[in-house]
Amino acid sequence: MVPFAGYAMPVQYTLGIMGEHLHCRSAAALFDVSHMGQAELLGDGAAAALERLTPADVQGLKPGRQRYGLLLNAAGGIVDDFMVANLGDRLFLVVNASRKQVDLPLIESVLPAGVTLRPLPDRALLALQGPAVAALIPTAMSFMGIQPMEIAGLPVIASRSGYTGEDGLEISVAAEDAERLARHLLSLPGVQPAGLGARDSLRLEAGLCLYGNDLDETTNPVEAALTWSIGKRRKLAWDFTGAEAVREALDHGPERIRVGIRPEGRQPARGGTPIHGGGTVTSGGFGPSVNGPVAMGYVPRALAADGTALTLEVRGKPLPARVAPLPFTPHRYAR
Amino acid sequence: MTTKFTKDHEWLRQDGEAWTVGITDHAQNALGDVVFVDLPEPGRVVEAGEAIAVVESVKAASDVYAPIAGKVVEVNAALVDDPALINQSPTDAGWFFRIAPSGALPDDLMDSDAYARHVESAT
Repeated sequence: MVPFAGYAMPVQYTLGIMGEHLHCRSAAALFDVSHMGQAELLGDGAAAALERLTPADVQGLKPGRQRYGLLLNAAGGIVDDFMVANLGDRLFLVVNASRKQVDLPLIESVLPAGVTLRPLPDRALLALQGPAVAALIPTAMSFMGIQPMEIAGLPVIASRSGYTGEDGLEISVAAEDAERLARHLLSLPGVQPAGLGARDSLRLEAGLCLYGNDLDETTNPVEAALTWSIGKRRKLAWDFTGAEAVREALDHGPERIRVGIRPEGRQPARGGTPIHGGGTVTSGGFGPSVNGPVAMGYVPRALAADGTALTLEVRGKPLPARVAPLPFTPHRYAR
Repeated sequence: MTTKFTKDHEWLRQDGEAWTVGITDHAQNALGDVVFVDLPEPGRVVEAGEAIAVVESVKAASDVYAPIAGKVVEVNAALVDDPALINQSPTDAGWFFRIAPSGALPDDLMDSDAYARHVESAT
């Protein structure tokens, strides 16, 4: 067990990080991610209100669909990354555990009369991830679909999404039902529990950002290579907090940009590793599916092209590496 | 054969004139799957307590220390290609290096019973 964002979290279960990681890519793994912050936004104008803080297209999100977005500050810096879903009569939000104390008051501060933010501290979140999930829990949803459903007789809200690069479900459930649901999911054939360690190596291979490592309040969406999360309509209106700074970065190109990095050999380069010529590794480790070290980090624009030779400074020694396309392992979403 | 242990979870075993050094089963278990090792150059003269090797697992990087002063006379090159040997056989095929001691052994080395108590008290 390790402390993470104020929670005691298991790093690994019996298979170990490597085994849990590979099992998720070949079958199905269950993650308890109940530390994530869940909330609902209710009332007419909820989507428009949220759009004041995010460049994501929230108003254009159809019922039963979910989308990735960024909360920005006035300088265009990323306050958090989050998921927003349209549940028909309300919006459903999932934010980072480490940021919920920042995000929720921030969202609250922009709400007009008639729109209410309701934190859901009594809901748990389980992620069942891997290619076997579709057969274990059949659903008509495609990637980023979301709907209320019943699993093992328990009412849940399930979305076809995740943080591993694999197909799978993220399942919001009342905390009092969470243990029963987890035990049911673990009883399905081929499902193994997986911890924080595998969650991190899976998301890194999938090229997905971890807030606090790869994203922070000094990073704008263009530098973070998350421009795709800005809605088309939003880029015409520029009517969100931080829009000016984001527009500036888009027009002139960012000074630094997030890239994938493949160190040569087998030695991992971890977060915080300096890159010669300016830049830093923000996430790094060993990719069990890649069977080699993988990393992400920020480099000056001149060093950002795929294949560019980099030199990392690992424990005082130069380690040759190359800029590599993300993700390191192809996404296998059910689009 | 005399085997001794350090508080940093290394074992050392007398092997002729030299001592063979590795990490304990407890250490490999705590590290998890080992994916990389960096070994010292043979011939290097080392101080007791000096960090002379690195072991990296999927979880973290850790230093491996010279438990005694002396000269590195041999390293286990098999670990470079197959670092998982450290998990599979920490006290045998997963050895790290051999040191020919240059003087008396440090007096804080433990026997297996004392090491078992050390592990228990630390967990």
